Amino acid sequence: MALSWLLLILLALAVIGFFAGRSRALASAGGNVRDLHSLPSYYGYNVALTALVPAVGVLIVWLLAQPMIVNSTVSSLIPDQAVPEGSERGLIMSEVRRVAYGLDGAVASGAMTETQAQNGNADIEALTKTLKDAGQVLTQDITQPILVAAQKFRSMTSTGTVAMQVVVLALALLGAAFAYVRTHKEFRARNVVEQGVLALLLLAASIAILTTIGIVLSMLFETMNFFQLHSWKDFFFGSTWAPNFRGGSELSILPLLWGTLYISVIALLVAVPIGLFAAIYLSEYASGVTRSIAKPLLEILAGIPTIVYGLFALLTVGPALVSMFGDGGMLGVGWMASSNAVLTAGLVMGIMLIPFVSSLSDDIINAVPQTMRDGSLGLGATHSETVRNVILPAALPGIVGAILLAASRAIGETMIVVMAAGAIAKFSGNPFDAMTTITTRIVSQLTGDTDFASPETLVAFALGLTLFIITLGLNIFALYIVRKYREQYE
Amino acid sequence: MTDISQTPDAAPTTKPKGGSLFEKDARTKRRNAAESRFKMYGIAAIGIGLLMLIVLVTNIVTAGTGAFQQSFLELNVELKADKLDKKGNRNIEDIKKVSTFGYAPLIASALESEVEKLGIQTDLKSKAMGKILSKAAQAELRNYVIANPDEIGNTVSFRFLVNSRVDGYMKGRVTRESIANDKSISVEQLDFVDQLRDAGVLYKAFNPDFILGADASDQRPEAAGIGVSMLGSLFMMLVVLALALPIGVAASIYLEEFAPQNRLTDIIEVNISNLAAVPSIVFGILGLAVFINYMHLPTSAPLVGGLVLTLMTLPTIIISTRASLKAVPPSIRDAALGVGASKMQAVFHHVLPLAAPGILTGTIIGLAQALGETAPLLLIGMVGFIASNPPDGIVAGFLSPNSAMPAQIYEWSKRADPAFYERAWGGIIILLIFLVTMNTIAVLLRRRFERRW
Repeated sequence: MALSWLLLILLALAVIGFFAGRSRALASAGGNVRDLHSLPSYYGYNVALTALVPAVGVLIVWLLAQPMIVNSTVSSLIPDQAVPEGSERGLIMSEVRRVAYGLDGAVASGAMTETQAQNGNADIEALTKTLKDAGQVLTQDITQPILVAAQKFRSMTSTGTVAMQVVVLALALLGAAFAYVRTHKEFRARNVVEQGVLALLLLAASIAILTTIGIVLSMLFETMNFFQLHSWKDFFFGSTWAPNFRGGSELSILPLLWGTLYISVIALLVAVPIGLFAAIYLSEYASGVTRSIAKPLLEILAGIPTIVYGLFALLTVGPALVSMFGDGGMLGVGWMASSNAVLTAGLVMGIMLIPFVSSLSDDIINAVPQTMRDGSLGLGATHSETVRNVILPAALPGIVGAILLAASRAIGETMIVVMAAGAIAKFSGNPFDAMTTITTRIVSQLTGDTDFASPETLVAFALGLTLFIITLGLNIFALYIVRKYREQYE
Repeated sequence: MTDISQTPDAAPTTKPKGGSLFEKDARTKRRNAAESRFKMYGIAAIGIGLLMLIVLVTNIVTAGTGAFQQSFLELNVELKADKLDKKGNRNIEDIKKVSTFGYAPLIASALESEVEKLGIQTDLKSKAMGKILSKAAQAELRNYVIANPDEIGNTVSFRFLVNSRVDGYMKGRVTRESIANDKSISVEQLDFVDQLRDAGVLYKAFNPDFILGADASDQRPEAAGIGVSMLGSLFMMLVVLALALPIGVAASIYLEEFAPQNRLTDIIEVNISNLAAVPSIVFGILGLAVFINYMHLPTSAPLVGGLVLTLMTLPTIIISTRASLKAVPPSIRDAALGVGASKMQAVFHHVLPLAAPGILTGTIIGLAQALGETAPLLLIGMVGFIASNPPDGIVAGFLSPNSAMPAQIYEWSKRADPAFYERAWGGIIILLIFLVTMNTIAVLLRRRFERRW
């Protein structure tokens, strides 16, 4: 029975429960709605929710927990000597899973019977051939321990699934029956239902916490695995980034951090002056018409997906810069070898951040009280003197906050640097050099063939965690500054 | 009286120190110059920003429109029965046994007879002439024959795709100079192309397969389309809509209407504002670690992409939903409570319907943001393969590996043949059309239903 059928049955049960509960409540009041404590539909909702919510909750928990339990049990079944030299238990487990799915597929397509699939003493060569003929994907030859483990995996999974269905359905029926029996005209159905709904709302709101916990935990575990395989001193204080899938890699974050910060600084050098002056002009000088046209147009830049900026950097800005600064270029200086460079990525990222800086600063400048402007103008200052000497100092903390938020965006930006920054990790001050960043390395270490037992793959999680902590720190600091500043004038 | 009469005489001798207001002194001039300079900086900044927007848009349009056009060669192919159906029994299984290579001679002879008919003089061998056609032509012919076995023996007119280099030549991307080191096409072939073009059988036309078709391998950029990855994006957006909207609205209702002032609420609020600023790639790492490595959901599946994007879009939807709940005046709630509604009834029966347009607008904007997001998709494996088959069925649409529009564009931008760049820009045009449409709908909804209380 597929999961969708189970869900459909649960839903059907809830609908039936709704009508049953409703009519039972009405019957208990002798058909007179005014004798009921709550509106009749609340009695129905009560039955439906009591049937549905615990059952679905158990279903979700079961679906999450079952793979973990099955995996650890089956994994302990594989004897140590069955794990080949230089391989990993995790790899064997994925092979076990593949064989198990292969057996499932072969049974489903009719290439073998269920008893054949469960036969632990089956001729392995014949079995492999049957599976391959049935179009199942196997990467290596099946060995006896793998076959046994795969069969155990299958039997545990199918028992688990059947047990899950039984438990979930029983829970739903029990819940429905319990609520149905309780249904009576004196029963305070509305209060119960509203309590339940409130709990569901709270649950939805807690998903934000769950996501954060999920992010931190998923990266923390793999990062700890990484630090068991690789020295943390090299990661934080080494000077070379040279992953080598044959081992002996040097994985230091510092060159990547340098590239990230360099590109971010260039981006901010582009975005902050342009964004800030645009915000000053729009909030202090521009007429209503100009403002209503220019502001949305600038904000279009913020709505464009980063992949577009990446392509723009890769195919337009990069080649244009090379034709200026490259060998035989317009300036004839020959500084730039390839279109992948810190400058390319930084410039384009700067364009992307202009609306970010300008709209945040615009809000902040608008929040400066009008009385301060009037006072300054009344004393004879020109408009620009007012802006420079009164408004900007007053708005400075907020603007710093906006710049920090933009910096956190620049540090976490991925597509532009993946497409335009290059792949060479080095310390260099030359903006025409290709350099690499934290996000670029995360992408390259985690795409393609990944082996979650090698430090070269796991380092991506350590990089991700560092990136998460840096951006989180910047955001919290920036929000703190902005909030503190807002309170000052409210 | 004398005082008055005397003052005019005295005035010229003692000129006021600051001079006339109409005559600006150096300091005022300097201050005014600084003022207009400052203003110019502002105008320049906005000008640069808008200029960048214009450059970007023109660049996208000029580089991408080519992808919607493709060069075709019209040929009358004789489907020879002795080649395609050797047994002569029109059995579909026997016809399927003829591989795509078996169709090459048919196309070659069709091309030769066409050349003869048009009276084109060329020194090219038949094989070199066939090279101007796409490698997809044989497969197209084979698919046609398998679909219409009755046509065997007849002569059928086809519109074949030509090779990407020839297409580039027709579009002006490839020139005789630029192919000096190119092994896959020669100057003679380009001359031949010129002759075919002048004869009117080789022409550029709108190419619907770019919008509706599937991706093609490295060798056949002319046959690549974005249709299948568009389906992938569609299924992802369905997942995002089905999860992010209810969860986001429920969370906002709790936080805005019911949450007590306590530590848990504070933690939730801080979490939401922080999640909104977490780099998108971190969500990709989360998806890889939790959905793929732990829960063993299928790699590259739109379901996983949708789950990751849901987590990413939730903060956006929550923030906009809360804003629109906040905009409903308290008098509505008070009135509902006053006539005896419970708090829950007041919210669900009165506040929520009034806030619905705002919630919808926020959701559409969140979806648009999710549609263009690429970085998390790279980590859950939605790139690096060829999305060549549309999913068969709804469940497969969610679970079978697929690409998504931005991932497909990234994939094309990485391939070696510059013909793919044109397709990447074309893909961006399609992506931007979707985004503009969604944002326009959001703006229109807001205009139509916005209420000032």
